[in-house]
Amino acid sequence: MGFIVAVSAFIIPLIIFYVVVDGIIHQTDVYDVFVEGAKDGMKTVVSILPTLIGLMMAVGILRASGFLAWISAKIGILTDLFGIPSQMIPLIIVRMFSSSAATGLSLDLFREYGTDSYIGLITSIMMSCTETIFYTMSVYFLAAKVRKTRWTLAGALVSTAAGIAASVFLARLMS
Amino acid sequence: MRQKIYAYIEDEFSIFHDFMWKWSSMLNYLWAAMIVIGIVYGAFTGNMTAVSDGALDSAKEAVTLCITMLGVMSLWTGLMEIANRSGLIDKCTKAILPLMQWLFPGVPKDHDAMQHITTNVIANFLGLGWAATPAGLRAMKALSELNVENSRASTDMCTFLVINISSIQLIPVNIIAYRSQYGSVNPTAIVAPAILATTVSTLAAIVFCKIMAGKSA
Repeated sequence: MGFIVAVSAFIIPLIIFYVVVDGIIHQTDVYDVFVEGAKDGMKTVVSILPTLIGLMMAVGILRASGFLAWISAKIGILTDLFGIPSQMIPLIIVRMFSSSAATGLSLDLFREYGTDSYIGLITSIMMSCTETIFYTMSVYFLAAKVRKTRWTLAGALVSTAAGIAASVFLARLMS
Repeated sequence: MRQKIYAYIEDEFSIFHDFMWKWSSMLNYLWAAMIVIGIVYGAFTGNMTAVSDGALDSAKEAVTLCITMLGVMSLWTGLMEIANRSGLIDKCTKAILPLMQWLFPGVPKDHDAMQHITTNVIANFLGLGWAATPAGLRAMKALSELNVENSRASTDMCTFLVINISSIQLIPVNIIAYRSQYGSVNPTAIVAPAILATTVSTLAAIVFCKIMAGKSA
């Protein structure tokens, strides 16, 4: 789908343009402020490095042992029906529990199958349109001291399923 | 039949909730399980050399990945700091207020909860996770002040969390960094599809919440 890719190419430059021009109009010291804000980004990245090392190591072990390939082959018979590659199933499950573990698995998929393959595209889009259901729910409801969460989980699952379906559909258009 | 399904979603689903609390410390088990399964499986299939290399290479790879991310992430947070100082983010927050009032009819217009909710949504939308979480927690606390039944989530709480989990993100900054690190020909090609997909998941969330809120009101 050349059109989607063409639109994608415009979005980031337009945001940069808009933010910088708007900053100048409102008399912000755009360059100084940018440099200051960029430091926050560096701190964020440095603080996630230990997490990333831990999880990429665990996924690396799982991949090298042949276990991921074995389990994907086992569940492949079921998932082929939905057009979801079986290699994605571990990622879809882990995504609901842990954002960083899901990142580790995504990176493994990128390395194994390439970022622009069908699997790579679904991974990219799916990771952008889903959230960690159980982690978010437990942290937020814990803060509000709520135990009976009613239809939150059901709603979260519905929206995640919609996101995954959209990812598969869009990835198919693109590849 | 319909009523039964609604009742099921409303109540029977709550058997999952007790598990959920245990899952908040899930990552420790998940991590340990990945390592144990990997090493045991590798030992039985004779892949121990590969496992050993895999562990070391992955750790090394995490560092090179972070170097790519340093660039992309800093670019984005720098840009967002400009938007913050110039008042652009405040403007966005005001712009979505009517939408938020429609989504959260139980929250008075000038209540603290409304302000925290909009801050959280905008921060998530702009990929500012570090700003989103504190605002989200404050929103939940303010919502629980409005809640009559203390241990049972209010409709607004459910809506807030479902929409939060539906992921509303303009630019998937991390994914772009990962894609460029792993040799994508066009790392930003997924920006428009990601926006479309995130719109679909958020719309599904809104429709679901409105239906459930209507039934339980």
